[in-house]
Amino acid sequence: MKAVCWYGKKDVRVENVPEPKLLTKRDAIIKTTLTAICGSDLHLFHGVIPSMQPGDILGHEFMGEVVEVGTEVPNLKKGDRVVVPFCIACGNCFFCQDGMTALCDNSNPNASMAEKVYGSSGAGLFGYSHMFGGYAGGQAQYVRVPFADVGPVKVPDSVSDEQALFLSDIFPTGYMAAENCDIQQGDVIAVWGCGPVGQFAVRSAFLLGAEKVIAIDNVDARLCLAMKGGAEPLNYEAPDFEERLRNATGGRGPDACIDAVGLEAHGTSLDAIYDYAKMAVRLETDRTHALRQAIYACRKGGTVSIPGVYGGLVDKFPLGVAFNKGLTLKMGQTDVHRYLNPLLQLVESRQIDPSFVITDRLALDDAAAGYSTFDTSDGCIKVVLKP
Amino acid sequence: MEIIRHKHQLPNVGKVERTASVAAGVLLIGKGLRNKGWTGTAMALLGAEFLRRGITGNCHSYQALGINTADAEKRAAENGGDSVSVPHGSGIRIDEAITINRSRADVYSFWRDLANIAEFMEYVESVRILGDTDNRMTRWSAKGPGGKCLEWDAEIINEKENELIAWRTLDAAEVANAGSVHFKDGPAGRGTEISLEILYSPPGGSLGAFAAKLFGDDPAARIHSDLKRIKARLEAGVLAGTDGQSKGPKVQGEETAERQIHVDAVSKASEESFPASDAPGFTH
Repeated sequence: MKAVCWYGKKDVRVENVPEPKLLTKRDAIIKTTLTAICGSDLHLFHGVIPSMQPGDILGHEFMGEVVEVGTEVPNLKKGDRVVVPFCIACGNCFFCQDGMTALCDNSNPNASMAEKVYGSSGAGLFGYSHMFGGYAGGQAQYVRVPFADVGPVKVPDSVSDEQALFLSDIFPTGYMAAENCDIQQGDVIAVWGCGPVGQFAVRSAFLLGAEKVIAIDNVDARLCLAMKGGAEPLNYEAPDFEERLRNATGGRGPDACIDAVGLEAHGTSLDAIYDYAKMAVRLETDRTHALRQAIYACRKGGTVSIPGVYGGLVDKFPLGVAFNKGLTLKMGQTDVHRYLNPLLQLVESRQIDPSFVITDRLALDDAAAGYSTFDTSDGCIKVVLKP
Repeated sequence: MEIIRHKHQLPNVGKVERTASVAAGVLLIGKGLRNKGWTGTAMALLGAEFLRRGITGNCHSYQALGINTADAEKRAAENGGDSVSVPHGSGIRIDEAITINRSRADVYSFWRDLANIAEFMEYVESVRILGDTDNRMTRWSAKGPGGKCLEWDAEIINEKENELIAWRTLDAAEVANAGSVHFKDGPAGRGTEISLEILYSPPGGSLGAFAAKLFGDDPAARIHSDLKRIKARLEAGVLAGTDGQSKGPKVQGEETAERQIHVDAVSKASEESFPASDAPGFTH
């Protein structure tokens, strides 16, 4: 079968690899009908995520048709159309049973690697480095899905592939980011980064009752798409950006701020250039310019919600600002399983059509081009790949 | 993991060695005092340490490595008739705890069937129940350092249903060990807390274990992984894994054990970041 494989920094290739087979009785094999490149795949593309190996199959946003099930997967049968969460969860441990499926105790076979770096390990992830399990990903014609009795949900015929696909990651991720803001009546939410997760955060904030959403980016196409979702656009490169943001919230600052940027933030201010320099010489692993801005801008007693991915050490983190303003910080990988059914219902009842975010539709064979377009082209917001 | 040390410096050097130590000490001090300069001083100081070691019978390096030649002599004098598996003041101790999201009765009965446990301990090949009346005697075989096959017999010396299992190896075991596992309810119904304590004399003595640890074959980490597998088996029923999954073709000249390289890389990055409280996000 064909699969998108990682071979190094800015080097992904479509290769012929053996088809997957069932490895445990809780596995299923899915024939991929649609898959996507995630913003977090670009972190792999840039080589900033450790423990990747040449030949690793990429991709954690995928859906498809069930072709084979293990003996302990009673919920699925051959022919079912399903969408699969990017995090792998056993459903039995303390964390899974409490809804924190991204923190599953049992799904990362390489937990000892993550334990060395993070103290303890979260869930295994599809196609996202060996530290997170080394699972073959979904940018392939077929995928093995472990714990298939817990993860995949069936998609009704009334929902198309393009509408269902993003339930695997970015829609729940944007939604959890907004939910973490604990939105109250009248709240103004600011969203840093209008990539796919930011776009879903904007729309989710409105679904959860936000009064106003301010979308922050420097790419016109992204700001325009956020405006279509009802947000007020704000370019962070504007000279008086911080003042504008304050004034747009009656001088209070946003009630909650969402950092949908993560560890590779762009910026032109002094601290952003300092981050670039330190990251270049590996004194720092993550650039946190957007997060710093969010913490400074947030109103007193507000919440900073972080769906953007961070991997390691950060420098010049304004903890004193967060402390003195009594901020709440919430973050973490998305517990996708918890959101699948409620969000699928929102899609089914036409309250949101997640396909709005797609800008580029390519064949799986053209994945390498898809990665570089997504990396470099301003107009490209979301790439989907059809095997 | 810790190598057993004592606050009070008990004698840990045998009589023959102590006499030799005193003689070497006197000789070195004598030579040292005749020589002028740094070498003379160093020799005299070393001599003084040998003298102290001989007179007190306590050797700091032996203590650091968990070696005790005094006890070995005593046991030899008693015709090898020791009543404990791991003599007092020697050996290596491992303490590990884990919480399993199952009832105490489930976890206990799984553990009490020692054949189950062997299946999830990476280096244990098999455990055979020796067929006594209450299944207390077992024969273990394991892969030792360097792939050497090791065998020993063990007996359960204390058990309280759903609370405790304690064991020790029988006389002349190649890997003398003793230990206990305690089972306790987690708070507010949060599964079962297991505390495992193992005391063992590894093959090749403490020096062998020390060398094994230096070369990365860390028994505490191994036991930790074993416990995580038992937890996964009890909670999820299956073990997560990727052996046998698909992968892109290898690049020419990359036939080496990549996995180990990457494990080392993460470990190295982690060491370099110490004592920062945060984790590094790079390895190259």
